[in-house]
Amino acid sequence: MANTYTLIASSTAGSGGATDFTFSSIPNTYTDLVLEFSVRTDYTSTFDGCLLRINGDTGANYTIRNVRGNGSGATSASGSGVTNLFVGSIPGVNATSSTFQNAAIYFPNYAGSSNKSLSIDSVSENNNTTAYALLAAALWSSTSAINTLKLYPEVGTVFVQYSTAYLYGVNNA
Amino acid sequence: MAAGSTYTPIATTTLGSNQTSVTFNSFSGYTDLRLVCALTSSANQNNYIQFNGDTGSNYSSTYIQGDGTSAASGRASGSAFGFVDYVGSTAQHTLTIDIMNYSNSTTWKTWLSRGGNAGNLTISYVGVWSSTSAITSLTFNNGTGSGLLTGSQITLYGIAAA
Repeated sequence: MANTYTLIASSTAGSGGATDFTFSSIPNTYTDLVLEFSVRTDYTSTFDGCLLRINGDTGANYTIRNVRGNGSGATSASGSGVTNLFVGSIPGVNATSSTFQNAAIYFPNYAGSSNKSLSIDSVSENNNTTAYALLAAALWSSTSAINTLKLYPEVGTVFVQYSTAYLYGVNNA
Repeated sequence: MAAGSTYTPIATTTLGSNQTSVTFNSFSGYTDLRLVCALTSSANQNNYIQFNGDTGSNYSSTYIQGDGTSAASGRASGSAFGFVDYVGSTAQHTLTIDIMNYSNSTTWKTWLSRGGNAGNLTISYVGVWSSTSAITSLTFNNGTGSGLLTGSQITLYGIAAA
């Protein structure tokens, strides 16, 4: 039987942490991509932000719209013409130990010639007062095939040890 | 990798012309179903599904959404179709729908969906079809008007637990 849900690459932060998780040279032979990750940062705060950049594009070519719950209420926010995508809240140094942000990002038709629409699901549960669940829709305004994905902390310097990221390719045939 | 044999593409429809609905049938032997959609639509409107051609008042659903300004939640019950999404006009739109344990003949059938586009909103639905029948056909609908635009793509996957 054909392998239609394939691990392309994975990365795990060692004892010194990882400044980012970057997947490059992504082949254009799949229909969709799925990026799943579990991360924590060294930022001396309860939460940091997790950011995504595509193909190294630092231009104002990203748009995002989200809904986020923190355990006591829900809010929605958007950003247009931003230079990266906020893909969830990462537990930092002051967060409950051993807790991580867990998230999945779905990229349909990532190698097509249209702008790239993606879906983001993220949770940062920690058995404490505030935790976050986030759903987001995002757009990268580029007709280029996606060949590089970079995840990195917004403020912290590294993803700490045991942080992981997995990139899968999905084929529809 | 074990997952390769448990995540199987059943059928893909890529629209060659504008269309308001797509039907899948002839699927069996899986534990769950998953629809993955990359859509553009002619108008701001709901997407919904119907199972086994059932147009009775047998669907209910609850959503949470954010439009960039505020968060909202609502629900519909006794509907003639199951809401799964709200698609924005002409924008690139991503939607996934998971239908759990679709072939059993003892429980009502539940779905979870995640849709959105960055120019309009992000939304998630949970829904139930009040029927114990096994799902043997699935119709994806895009409201009225010209519906889904040429190039929209919908793939049905089957997921096997073993």
